[in-house]
Amino acid sequence: MESVVFIFSLIDCCALIFLAVYFIITLSDLECDYINARSCCSKLNKWVVPELVGHAIVTVLMLISLHWFIFLLNLPVATWNIYRFIMVPSGNMGVFDPTEIHNRGQLKSHMKEAMIKLGFHLLCFFMYLYRLVSQSAAR
Amino acid sequence: MAQPARPPAAFRGQNGAGQQPYSNGPVQNQLMHSSDGQGYNPSAPGSYSHQMPAKVPPHQSSGQYNYSSSQIASQLNNYQGPGQILNRVAPPSGSPVQQAGSVPQVLPPAPQNSAASSAGGFGAAPPGLSSWPYGQAPASHPGGSQTSHLAHVAGTASIHPPSSLPGNSNPPGSYQYAASPGGPPLQNSYMKPASAPPPVTQPLPPLHLPRPPLGPPPVAGPPLIRPSTLTAAAAPPPSSSVPQSLLNSTANREGDAASTASDGSVVQNSYDAIEGGGLMATTHPSPATPNVNMGRNVGYSYPNLPPGYQNTSPGAPGLQAPALQYPDGSKPFHQPPLGPNHLTASMGTLSLQQEGLRPVNLLQERNILPTTILQAPVPNLHEDIQKLNCNPELFRCTLTNIPQTQALLNKAKLPLGLLLHPFKDLSQLPVVTSSTIVRCRSCRTYINPFVSFLDQRRWKCNLCYRVNDVPEEFMYNPVTRAYGEPHKRPEVQNATIEFMAPSEYMLRPPQPPVYLFVFDVSHNAIETGYLNTVCQTLLDNLDLLPGNTRTKIGFITFDSTIHFYSLQEGLSQPQMLIVSDIEDVFIPMPENLLVNLNENRELIQDLLKTLPQMFTKSLETQSALGPALQAAFKLMSPTGGRISVFQTQLPSLGMGALKSREEPNQRSNAKDIHLTPSTDFYKKLALDCSGQQVAVDLFLLSGQYSDLASLGCISRYSAGSVYYYQSYHHKHNPVQVEKLQKELKRYLTRKIGFEAVMRIRCTKGLSIHTFHGNFFVRSTDLLSLPNVNPDAGYAVQMAVEESLSDMQVVSFQSALLYTSSKGERRIRVHTMCLPVVATLSDVYLGADVQAITGLLANMAVDRSVSASLSDARDALVNAVIDSLAAYRSSVLSIQQPGLMAPRSLRLFPLYVLALLKQKAFQAGTSARLDERIFTMCQVKNQPLVYLMLMTHPNLYRVDNLSDEGALNINDKTIPQPPILQLSVEKLSRDGAYLMDAGSVMYLWVGKNCGQNFISQVLGVPNYGSVPQNMTHLPELETAESIRTTTFIAWLREQRPFFPILYIVKDESPLKSSFLQNMIEDRTESALSYYEFLLHIQQQVNK
Repeated sequence: MESVVFIFSLIDCCALIFLAVYFIITLSDLECDYINARSCCSKLNKWVVPELVGHAIVTVLMLISLHWFIFLLNLPVATWNIYRFIMVPSGNMGVFDPTEIHNRGQLKSHMKEAMIKLGFHLLCFFMYLYRLVSQSAAR
Repeated sequence: MAQPARPPAAFRGQNGAGQQPYSNGPVQNQLMHSSDGQGYNPSAPGSYSHQMPAKVPPHQSSGQYNYSSSQIASQLNNYQGPGQILNRVAPPSGSPVQQAGSVPQVLPPAPQNSAASSAGGFGAAPPGLSSWPYGQAPASHPGGSQTSHLAHVAGTASIHPPSSLPGNSNPPGSYQYAASPGGPPLQNSYMKPASAPPPVTQPLPPLHLPRPPLGPPPVAGPPLIRPSTLTAAAAPPPSSSVPQSLLNSTANREGDAASTASDGSVVQNSYDAIEGGGLMATTHPSPATPNVNMGRNVGYSYPNLPPGYQNTSPGAPGLQAPALQYPDGSKPFHQPPLGPNHLTASMGTLSLQQEGLRPVNLLQERNILPTTILQAPVPNLHEDIQKLNCNPELFRCTLTNIPQTQALLNKAKLPLGLLLHPFKDLSQLPVVTSSTIVRCRSCRTYINPFVSFLDQRRWKCNLCYRVNDVPEEFMYNPVTRAYGEPHKRPEVQNATIEFMAPSEYMLRPPQPPVYLFVFDVSHNAIETGYLNTVCQTLLDNLDLLPGNTRTKIGFITFDSTIHFYSLQEGLSQPQMLIVSDIEDVFIPMPENLLVNLNENRELIQDLLKTLPQMFTKSLETQSALGPALQAAFKLMSPTGGRISVFQTQLPSLGMGALKSREEPNQRSNAKDIHLTPSTDFYKKLALDCSGQQVAVDLFLLSGQYSDLASLGCISRYSAGSVYYYQSYHHKHNPVQVEKLQKELKRYLTRKIGFEAVMRIRCTKGLSIHTFHGNFFVRSTDLLSLPNVNPDAGYAVQMAVEESLSDMQVVSFQSALLYTSSKGERRIRVHTMCLPVVATLSDVYLGADVQAITGLLANMAVDRSVSASLSDARDALVNAVIDSLAAYRSSVLSIQQPGLMAPRSLRLFPLYVLALLKQKAFQAGTSARLDERIFTMCQVKNQPLVYLMLMTHPNLYRVDNLSDEGALNINDKTIPQPPILQLSVEKLSRDGAYLMDAGSVMYLWVGKNCGQNFISQVLGVPNYGSVPQNMTHLPELETAESIRTTTFIAWLREQRPFFPILYIVKDESPLKSSFLQNMIEDRTESALSYYEFLLHIQQQVNK
């Protein structure tokens, strides 16, 4: 059972890592003018919900399987994801808004956020891997 | 802290937010340094590779100069004289003609700077500026491709006589741009393709050219040679330039130079002197003496350095040669001290500076408001440079002394930014037609007066410091008809200039002017009677619509359904087509909805005459604005153009339907007011429009709440404008009718630019991080403006990303590429140059208080929307407190009591107080939500002059106007009464006062006003008989009346909108709005000026 949880988490985590990398690449494309703000934002907004759901699933899974430490580790990030999704002003086109992204350094902060998430997911990935390995070794 | 995306969270605490309310720009971002070089493509000397040989011939063959030195900037100047070619160069068949709306996908080779991430917050700066221009074309072809492109054109060229202009029957798709290379005569005069190589081949790193300091190296002299062509300058034979380049500079030349470099620059005994200080008087070896043994490798010829060049840097390049490295700066050839004026400051300037530095105790000096209109401060540059600088009405910086570092800027607590009015109507605008537009090869800056010419063949970009070649063509000066004077070309003599853009600047053939009018014809709309006014005004101005034979026009009306009008030729009357499926709007017929104005004039006039009557019996109260806009967008998207929407109520049907959000009782509750849009429908549609080069202008004529916050997005992001006529009604509110008429006339007849983009570039080290205005920021520094009009202003905030300490001056350039209503592609370029300073007191000395106020107002609008109104108000107050506190602690050596402010900022508290009392930001219940939002739109979209007038009105006493100091314009004498402070204490009961608040004027007549004024100007026998709601002054034959009316007419003429004049008596209901504008006085909800000062003093001295 344990191993199933961690295998699933690993897969999910991989997906999240890819997503974070995708965010970073797309944002830096925008930064370098390879794409315009409109297409960048519509690309990214599509993935905001999947990311949120993907991460929420792992978090809930950890809660259910009673891995408290991992759950608490994931909780702030999951909360932040949900919070920023909820707090999008009604007039905006999503978390990433093409009319705002070039103003007040939003691009930078989005970028930074994606970087931090990437780091976090990598950390999680190795943690899950370690737990999985130690599980199967123990068995 | 990754939150900034969520302002509410980040700036929750009101006072907390105030702590660094408007950070003066981004936090200095260390990481960005690495990415900078990428933004401006590496301009290191090593990368210098000339393509001249390849380039020259085509330029020549297609080159035509057609320069008219000062044309009136009307749309007519495409016919520029006999030699002018009237047809355009067709994009070669193979060249990419893209939909203009599509995003240029060709990418610069710049590496990604993904690692750059910022400290976040307000403060992050955008990534390195991209170095590629508008379309993809120029950027995508490094080097020679442009050339080949032109060559191709030249090959297929044919010259059309003017009469062969395509007739007006051209269907839109068939613009005929015959390729026609330049005028043959010029072509031959100096074209010498084969002779160009000398400038080309240098392997030398560019900057070392200006030369070996001491002692001429055996062979190398040439760069400094000053062979003279100028003696024969009138028509420089091409052949002569070649030998010159081969001239050898041996000892005799050197001696020559040394002896003649007498113009005051340090006399070097070497070539430097020649470069720096050659004189016309010098005896030049005749061009015919080819001195041949000079090495080819230094082929830069200096045909001659004409006077303008002469005073090059006092330091003489020679001294710096070894160290002369890339950032070293900008020393324009023609100016000794390009930098700040210190060295050359005369006594007068010095004392003036000290005057400027003298702090003002605001609590003591009551009368700080100047009696004349406040002028922009003059940058402290050498007068010769300042003379060339851009007019402050067009381009203005909040700090005319740019701080060297971000740290210094942060210390000053003042915002750094630019305010632009790029498309202002100008009476004189040089227009250049030339097949090559000279631009920096790395940052694509247009050549401008502040570049430095290293020698005659090379110029150094003042933004990225790359050294560029002067193209052969540029050597010929069409104004003086002289060869070899690139620095005298109009491009280098005018900070504001317009280029006729060749076909590389087109992504598609220039679009025809297309105007679509969308009218609300619901019951409510018909009630207001606006349709009569609008149709009549349109009818009257049909001939004045900017355009040409290709102009197209169309109409849509809507209530709960959408009505199209077919104006097909041959129909006896317009045919109405009704689309009732508003969920999925479609265009009922592909053609004839947008028709050529000239060919279908009768039908159009017919429609305009009948339209107002058609719906008089309509009982439909619903309004399907969203679907109507979608239909309009679909109709316009193939061509682009302008949609003018007239709306009178809250849209209630289909997509984009809105709900009323205004709760009258809660208006005071600043926290809950709805300044943000309630749906993203309008924003999305606006972005779609922007992509298809369609702009939407919104005329809102509404009595009730119409949610302008949501509706306004349609104009805001498509670069349109918003007009708001509160409670418009043809009977109940006749003054609004006149206002609408006048403003609509201006709107219809003003200049317009289509499919425009604007780029703002600034010297390396500075970067733009926030944009204000109506447009869509398509990529880091590219503003997409489907339409541009002369009444729109823009603002940007900037940050100092890298230390500017090794520069004396920085420059800013805005370039607006647009299609004129005549179908020409044009580029309007403005360049401004400002000195860099290292001390805080200099920063304060150069502060431009009006620009600062304007920028702060823009920032405050953003803040109100993203956080809350009270946050924005706190931020405004804190901006004053912080800057004065910083001044007090860092600049003032002696701590005096009172509230000390630098002289340049003495009006700062007053203006900020005025902002706080302005409709956009005032607390309290008096402003309706739509009105408040409209004022915010205006803050964002108005040029600074009008914004200042709306913020801080001008008050004049008009009962005793005299001709003293009057202006004389067109035989009219316009009195210039002094401006009074906005305080009731300045009013006297026996006077009459005119308050000019921009979009409205009040004439307050005192109770004991002179009988003379009342009878001679107001035309009534006594005070009691002045009507309650008088809005016009009678035209009387008396001197007083003429003076007053000409004065008011003059004030009105100066602005694009029409201020209504209200005549206010003591007991009239408008008195309160008049008194509301008395900014220095106390109102029920706001402090008086003196109280405000005390509050600030308290905070500053804390």
